[in-house]
Amino acid sequence: MDGFGSDFSSGAGSGKMDTGTIMEQVKVQIAVANAQELLQRMTDKCFKKCIGKPGGTLDNSEQKCIAMCMDRYMDAWNTVSRAYNSRLQRERARI
Amino acid sequence: MDGFDLNSSEKADASELQRMIEQQKAQFQAQVHNFTDVCLDKCMEGSPSSKIDSRTEACLVSCVDRFIDTTLSITNRFTQMVQKGAH
Repeated sequence: MDGFGSDFSSGAGSGKMDTGTIMEQVKVQIAVANAQELLQRMTDKCFKKCIGKPGGTLDNSEQKCIAMCMDRYMDAWNTVSRAYNSRLQRERARI
Repeated sequence: MDGFDLNSSEKADASELQRMIEQQKAQFQAQVHNFTDVCLDKCMEGSPSSKIDSRTEACLVSCVDRFIDTTLSITNRFTQMVQKGAH
């Protein structure tokens, strides 16, 4: 077996991990990081849009606004994702 | 027994390719996060409504394209500026 597996074997304990398992782990890590980024940005945006002068609690209208904001944010995310993907495909078709 | 019948250097290539694919996917996601952030500021007036209307939707799509166009313009012009400056 070549030395490719040995880059990842530190901390694996017994011998080398196969690269299929590693790829799965990497995908999970990327998905988690993606979700964190989404939540971070969505929180910032919705706080700005929904909370005026901060009071003692989040009142009902603020809660409703936050819920709508989250839905709109994710709708927008999907729209942007499709638009970006289309643009990339158009650019590739030119080359 | 191997499921793949690849020799060791072919396996390394396939893994590298997989790695590159995942990296590109991650870069795509990162860009979408960035565009969404910037374009919502430009396209969503005031507080959120119960549905994204078609005007906002069109604005978001245009925003992505114009942002990319802006990036390309800046890159091109900057390259020219640097080339002129070097003489």
